[in-house]
Amino acid sequence: MSHPTLPSSITLEGVEFAYGPKLPTIIDIPSFELGAGESCFLYGPSGCGKTTLLGLIAGVLQARRGRVQVLGQELSALSGAKRDAWRGSNIGYIFQMFNLIPYLNVRDNILLPTRLHSSRKADELGRIAASLGIEELLDQGVLELSVGQQQRVAAARALIGAPPLVIADEPTSALDAAHRERFLELLLGQCKEAGAALLFVSHDQSLAPIFHKQLSLPELNRAAKVEVA
Amino acid sequence: MLLFSLAWQSLRNRRVTTLLTVFSIALSVALLLGVEALRVSARESFSSTISGTDLIVGARGGGLQLLLYTVFRMGTATNNVKYESFEEWSKHPAVAWTIPYSLGDSHRGFRVVGTNENFYKQYRFRKTRKAEFVAGRAPVEFNEAALGSDAAEKLGYKVGTKVTLTHGIGAAGIMDHDDKPFTVVGILDKTSTPIDRSIYITLEGMSAIHVGWQGGAPPEPGEEVPSTKLKKEDLKPEAITAFLLRAKSRIDTLRIQRDVNNYLPEPLMAIIPGVAMGELWSTVKYAEIALEIVGGFVVLVGLLGMLVAIYTTLNERRREMAILRALGAGPIKILSLFLIESLMLAASGCALGVGLMYAGIAALQGVVEKQFGLYLRWQGFQPEHGIYLGLVLGAAVLIGLVPAWRAYRNTLADGLSVRV
Repeated sequence: MSHPTLPSSITLEGVEFAYGPKLPTIIDIPSFELGAGESCFLYGPSGCGKTTLLGLIAGVLQARRGRVQVLGQELSALSGAKRDAWRGSNIGYIFQMFNLIPYLNVRDNILLPTRLHSSRKADELGRIAASLGIEELLDQGVLELSVGQQQRVAAARALIGAPPLVIADEPTSALDAAHRERFLELLLGQCKEAGAALLFVSHDQSLAPIFHKQLSLPELNRAAKVEVA
Repeated sequence: MLLFSLAWQSLRNRRVTTLLTVFSIALSVALLLGVEALRVSARESFSSTISGTDLIVGARGGGLQLLLYTVFRMGTATNNVKYESFEEWSKHPAVAWTIPYSLGDSHRGFRVVGTNENFYKQYRFRKTRKAEFVAGRAPVEFNEAALGSDAAEKLGYKVGTKVTLTHGIGAAGIMDHDDKPFTVVGILDKTSTPIDRSIYITLEGMSAIHVGWQGGAPPEPGEEVPSTKLKKEDLKPEAITAFLLRAKSRIDTLRIQRDVNNYLPEPLMAIIPGVAMGELWSTVKYAEIALEIVGGFVVLVGLLGMLVAIYTTLNERRREMAILRALGAGPIKILSLFLIESLMLAASGCALGVGLMYAGIAALQGVVEKQFGLYLRWQGFQPEHGIYLGLVLGAAVLIGLVPAWRAYRNTLADGLSVRV
């Protein structure tokens, strides 16, 4: 299924951000667009404002200037609490590592978004777990899992309840090459099946080719201090 | 509901810390309630030392002093009451009964009380209980004595033991009434009141040991009167120290008190035990307040333990907060999560504490009664205990706000990133 009513998943226009009035500008992006259901590789080495940008898109941070529209929603129009609820309902988020709540088992970790937001339904749990190869692990504690398994559980949690946008922040950097590829395939496949747009941020450019779209944050962000490699 | 389940699972995950924290709160709550039970038990025990007596009558002097030497067998009287006065009041139409006390002698540190059969029949403590004999009977003859249970136990006397009484209330020594030994004929059951710490003889017995003791000194050698020559009829007492009085109708109490205070033949005073006991107890009010304050601080220390236990987890839980944040839990939810954890710890601490208090009192009741003569008991849940527990929970929420607020600030500062 897809979201034909949404012209784009993410639209940024003239977005500027700084952590304080006297602090340096960290984000200055004239324009960025991600279409509905598109998968995008965003090259983001450290120090180019990657975390800040994701905070803006997820509605944790607010732009000082410009327009941040995500899934057709103008984020500045929402109050803090509404933005939190909106994020939980519409965005699946995968961190680089330590994605899971240590005291919940695999099943409860995956189902957490569905418990926080009634719009995210739990009925796809079996299918998602099976397609990610973690259906055997559902009743295990998360501390018993390998890093690869943990990331797959995190992906399942991001995908449960079919959010229209999945943001993955370096989800593969803790995995070895073989697992990395397998994980990417699974993630892309699941996003495609759910019709969700995927914003995938990584510093590993070798992954870029399998995405619809490849962008580089240092090029997008005029405020980025590009490190000379 | 989700927050409750998260808080519960988070606490369960940190099982050992959680249990230790709950246990320390429970101990402090048990101590708070235990101190409260002790306080009320002490007051109860104190005020139930004497029941059923409307007035205590003695020579004019301090009311508190009169109460102390009659009820608590502490201190001494400065003046006596003439036996005729006692008889006159005993026959007063409005008076139901009287119990005479003749004090002033002791035996190895235990006070000797001269009294009559009314003491065994009419004296009441702890509302309706009276002094019962576990062995033997009440003394009838002038050379017979009965022992309170502490006295019997400490002295190791049994029915049939011969006893020599000492004049005055010092240790045994130079002024012994060894010319007139007494025989133990009865031993009283334990009452956990000052009754246990005395030796009881008849009023005639009290006169007998003082025959020949004119001027308060032992008879000169050769002037001793051997007990074999004494007859009960010759031993009519001349004076007693005080007497207890019960009015036929309690309405008459105040009138009798006034009449006693205005009694012309000699200066007497009558006190109402409850009123005098209240005055006496109010002098130890500070001790009560001190106990309460200590109890409060003990709880505070228990809750500070909880603060430490939660606060030290804050840093390692920043990752968890970022995850919850990414999943759409707002900072207020995160703050609530921490508050709920504090509340759960404190509530389980309170519940366990109440249990510990019950168990503790059940376990210590016997020892405390035996060692300190204090009947320790839990008086059941009163509204103030609810208030105490409510205050503990309230304090837990207030203290829990410290780590919760810190987590809230962290959440806002960290957003979706975490510096681990």
